[in-house]
Amino acid sequence: MSKIEDANIRKRNKKRNRLIFRTIILLVLLAALVFALVSNLTKEKSMIEKGDQAIPFVLKQLNGSNDTLNLSDLEGKGIMLNFWATYCKPCEQEMPYMESLYPVYKEKGVEIVAVSVDATELVINRFVEKYQLSFPIVHDRDGQVMDAYNIGPLPTTLFINPDGEVVEIVKGPLTLSRLEGYLQQIQPK
Amino acid sequence: MRKLTCDACGHVNPQGTSICSECGKPLQIDSNDIESNKSLLNMRYDGSAVRSKTHNKSIVDKIWNFFSSVKIGVTLIVITLIASAVGTILPQEMYIPPNVQPADHYKDEYGIFGQIYYQLGFHNLYSSWWYMILIALIGISIFIVSIDRGVPLYRALTNQKPTRHESFLKRQKLFSETDFVSQDDQENIIFSLKKHRYKVREENGHILAEKGRFSRWGPYVNHLGLIIFLFGSLLRFIPFMHIDDFVWIREGDTVVIPKTDGEYYVKNENFILETYDEEDERFSEAIKNKGMVASNYQTDVVIYKSTGTQLIGQDPDLAEIKQGSIRVNHPIKFDGYALYQSSYQQNEFSSISFKIHKAEDKDEKALANFTVDLTKPQSLYELENGYRVEIDQYFPEYFLDEGVPRSKSKYPRNPAFVFFVYPPNQGEPEISFAGIGRNVSSGEGNEYKVGLTGFEMRDVTGLSVKRDYTLPILGLGAAIFMIGVIQGMYWQHRRIWLHPKGNGLMIAAHTNKNWYGLKNEFAKIIADTEINMVIDQEQEDD
Repeated sequence: MSKIEDANIRKRNKKRNRLIFRTIILLVLLAALVFALVSNLTKEKSMIEKGDQAIPFVLKQLNGSNDTLNLSDLEGKGIMLNFWATYCKPCEQEMPYMESLYPVYKEKGVEIVAVSVDATELVINRFVEKYQLSFPIVHDRDGQVMDAYNIGPLPTTLFINPDGEVVEIVKGPLTLSRLEGYLQQIQPK
Repeated sequence: MRKLTCDACGHVNPQGTSICSECGKPLQIDSNDIESNKSLLNMRYDGSAVRSKTHNKSIVDKIWNFFSSVKIGVTLIVITLIASAVGTILPQEMYIPPNVQPADHYKDEYGIFGQIYYQLGFHNLYSSWWYMILIALIGISIFIVSIDRGVPLYRALTNQKPTRHESFLKRQKLFSETDFVSQDDQENIIFSLKKHRYKVREENGHILAEKGRFSRWGPYVNHLGLIIFLFGSLLRFIPFMHIDDFVWIREGDTVVIPKTDGEYYVKNENFILETYDEEDERFSEAIKNKGMVASNYQTDVVIYKSTGTQLIGQDPDLAEIKQGSIRVNHPIKFDGYALYQSSYQQNEFSSISFKIHKAEDKDEKALANFTVDLTKPQSLYELENGYRVEIDQYFPEYFLDEGVPRSKSKYPRNPAFVFFVYPPNQGEPEISFAGIGRNVSSGEGNEYKVGLTGFEMRDVTGLSVKRDYTLPILGLGAAIFMIGVIQGMYWQHRRIWLHPKGNGLMIAAHTNKNWYGLKNEFAKIIADTEINMVIDQEQEDD
């Protein structure tokens, strides 16, 4: 065994170590870069997206026979979750559409839940009386549900299928025909 | 890989070496350098091979070498500087009014240029993916450049030998040759070098005097600080490490603190806005000129922790954990969070009091009084003397929308009511409209009127919610950065080589900066000797 062979082996080891060292460092740096980019892109995204599971909540119900409404109790039904307020004009415009389709789709296993973000029960009660709304109206007084769903502009409507998965998020008012289309989409089979 | 064998001492140097690491003889890489034979040596990295230049084979090495290039690094920095400058031409999105559509705003305010600016995404330049990639590439470049240059430089400086080849000395910027140096002078110069705090090493009469070597590590310490700083700012993306949010709280309300997963609640007990005393002569003139000046913004709060787990929307069980006042720059702190006073609103009503009086009564004598709590208005008020009032409509922020009364928001900034007034023993109500500054009875023949008797207002405080565990890391990075700057800036690495030749002495001197200082120091060192002053060979060439 000559010195040259020894030197060659040493040289090879050195090269191999250098390659491993460089690869590890580059991978760590790349990982940091990817982490920064992904975090930055997802930072401003809404907490709930199409395909996510609906977030369970309990709110005071202002009409009907129940005092509170627990979203989990509606499991197995399609749920239309409508965020609205009495002072929001487009919300007011779509309410009659919802009321007109409600009896038909309730039979088919679809529930409409309207979450009001108003401050006082009085204004909601007056509104419900005015439009004779029969679907459950719940009061999100502190805006907690609105925050959890990260709702921006009103109205925003989520369509949740019987498995609890959000299949559609609609920002802005709905027309009667579009509304019906979405309701059919979440109707249990 | 080609090795470079030194023809003077036979030492085998790695490819890319320009000065033999053993004896200091300049190595000729190719014949083109013969021209430079007489010229001064390039002492960068002490002539050692920058690691990336040594071989270039696998893809990993190629990427490594790309980032190792200082040219690439500087280019990245220049591009980033230009991009950063572009981001300041128009205001970023966060600085435009919150109630406008960004697309329209940029177009309306700045025309076609604004539109292009918006469409290129420059309105959010500093958080754009490509800007972040630029910053990250600079970080990677700094990291790799430091490893590639710092390590060989460190090795070269720790392994340097006092004995250097003649041509090494001759080709230094500062050089002198003295034909005869007495034994006394030889001792004098060594003594003098030591007196000037040089570390003197000797090898067979060859001497290397050196000081301030640690200043050479300055740039690498500086880079380490930068990398720690970048790492710290990367951690700000982790919600656990960094939270920056905002919450409005009305006096008397308890709300969940955002970004705490519903764990913490805060109650606004009282908001205080104090102004400087108008009567105080120290301030009176300034107040006369400029109007009232606030001296204190303060919110008295109670912090609660939610015990047990609730579903969203359920009333939580709260346990008080802290009570205190928040003033500007004096936050309340609890469990790693801090709440800062950062905004307020004063235009909200909390309750309004009314009276019922006869419409034709000039004195408006109250027949019945009632107060509406605007946070919880009742639908029916049973009053004294048999009067009843029903709220038919309530508009928290009243306005007329094409003649139809509506509310702009849910906040009672301009409350107005439609009342049904039931006089005693009467089945049919009278309809009255009342609000701040207006009370009109809608029916012509109304017997009664509803008049405002008083109101209470409440303030809304705006608190910033912060948690920042990255600050110590950023501080550490910045401190190390500064240490590196100081280290490299205020100290110089000075070396003086003494090379005996016959009865004489060849002397060369080198510093990484401040040649003028080195020359002065050298003059002092040789002051009491017959040794020749060093000559600046660079200046001579000119």
